Amino acid sequence: MQYMLAVYGDERAAESTPRDQLTEIINAYMAYTKALQDAKVLVGSNRLRPTSAATTIRTVDGQTKVLDGPFAETKEQLGGYYLIDVPDLDAALDWAKRCPAALYGTVEVRPIWVM
Amino acid sequence: MTSATPAYRAAERAVRQSYGKLVAYLAARTGDVAAAEDALADAFAAALASWPTRGIPQAPEAWLLAAARRRMIDMARRRRTREAAADRLLLSVEEATAGIDPGDVPDWRLRLMFACAHPAIDAAMRGPLILQTVLGLDAACIAAAFLTAPGAMSQRLVRAKRRIRDTGIAFRLPDRADLPERLDVVLEAIYATFGAGWPDPAGLDARRQGLADEAVWLGRVVVGLLPEEPEGLGLLALMLYAGARRDARRNADCGYVPLSEQDPALWNATAIDEAERLLQRASSHGRIGRFQLEAAVQSVHAARRISGKTDWHAILELYDGLLELTRSPVVAVNRAVALGETAGPAAALAALDELAPDPRLAAYQPYWAGRADLLARLGRRATADAAYAQAILLEPDAVVRRFLEHRRARVRPNFA
Repeated sequence: MQYMLAVYGDERAAESTPRDQLTEIINAYMAYTKALQDAKVLVGSNRLRPTSAATTIRTVDGQTKVLDGPFAETKEQLGGYYLIDVPDLDAALDWAKRCPAALYGTVEVRPIWVM
Repeated sequence: MTSATPAYRAAERAVRQSYGKLVAYLAARTGDVAAAEDALADAFAAALASWPTRGIPQAPEAWLLAAARRRMIDMARRRRTREAAADRLLLSVEEATAGIDPGDVPDWRLRLMFACAHPAIDAAMRGPLILQTVLGLDAACIAAAFLTAPGAMSQRLVRAKRRIRDTGIAFRLPDRADLPERLDVVLEAIYATFGAGWPDPAGLDARRQGLADEAVWLGRVVVGLLPEEPEGLGLLALMLYAGARRDARRNADCGYVPLSEQDPALWNATAIDEAERLLQRASSHGRIGRFQLEAAVQSVHAARRISGKTDWHAILELYDGLLELTRSPVVAVNRAVALGETAGPAAALAALDELAPDPRLAAYQPYWAGRADLLARLGRRATADAAYAQAILLEPDAVVRRFLEHRRARVRPNFA
């Protein structure tokens, strides 16, 4: 089964993180990505630019509007994702627990809807 | 064929015995509990139509499995146009039932229980899910036991099953390293089931009485399939000890009799003997746990049938161990009550006072009943009266309420 591990964290906290700590986090992500690759479970992954770069489309009263900013203001924001292919939820949860974001933020595990 | 004939009842019994095993097997292979239940319901209807006249087949489970399989393939074909996932279901059903020795459907009920009690499932729904999928109880019956509206329970069961399917919860035994923790959740769910069947010892509500028996039966399934897990043995022992006292908890006038006033001659000796053996077997593994300790407390109480008295010092020690393990306020209340027997009511009341800030206890009947008894023993009638009032307010069982009201009457100033 395929699962998306959606990585959430506080963008503003990330902005004020000292450089050496930031390097450490990036290294942790690189190691994590490599572990996923080595286990042959990684389907795809991307890091997203912060919500300050988000543009939202929403239809209000039949009119499609372009809005600056994310779909909702939240304390933690979607910062990236991993798409993995593993046998079951337990395996997906095990990978989610190893994600660096599990230490400082939130990882949401969602199964892919097979169409 | 009417439902009253012995042939029909024999067929029904054979069908019922296979229920959980077949749901577990089909659900494990397809991941879809609801589809397995639907297919089996059809297979059972076919069996009840045919078996009473033609006789129960040599391998009833294989017969049912074949019928259910046809039905599942049917359903999957019909759904195929709508959802690609049905293809996978179709494949797994065919694969699931292809290489089966007709006389030997593997017993995967424990896998089903682990799926139902997965951490990703709402904790309040784990017990109900197990009752429905493993035992085949209907939502109305489960709702009555868990004091929920039938419609709401039914909806929540449907949602929970869909969640098992959609999130890809595996139907397998957890890895060795995770087993104790995951088994705990299964045991908790079984114990909650037992508790839900408990408040009605007189069997006024036959459905709830049955629930305690079903929980014991589930405990036996766990012990049968994981005979080396001491906590499973501990839970079964605990339920047997408690069940052994069922008849002794009511007097001739249907009044409530607390444990300390029960006549041990009314306890079920066979059940207690079995519980003692189970607990001994559990302790031989040298891995102590919550259910073993709770069963050990019951074992000390049961010893009164031989010694004629209760070793409260031993009970206090066991509660100390339990408290260290669980940090549970319920255990802390029990411990304080035991302290009342070894160190006197003043010490016990002081222990309860220390627990008072815990907001969870404000609505916990035994806290107030225990408190009231201690205050009464200390001669503090007015505060005892208020504590009894609180306990009575919180007690759902009318028989116990009557007992508490009687106790309360003894401390009221106008009681002559």
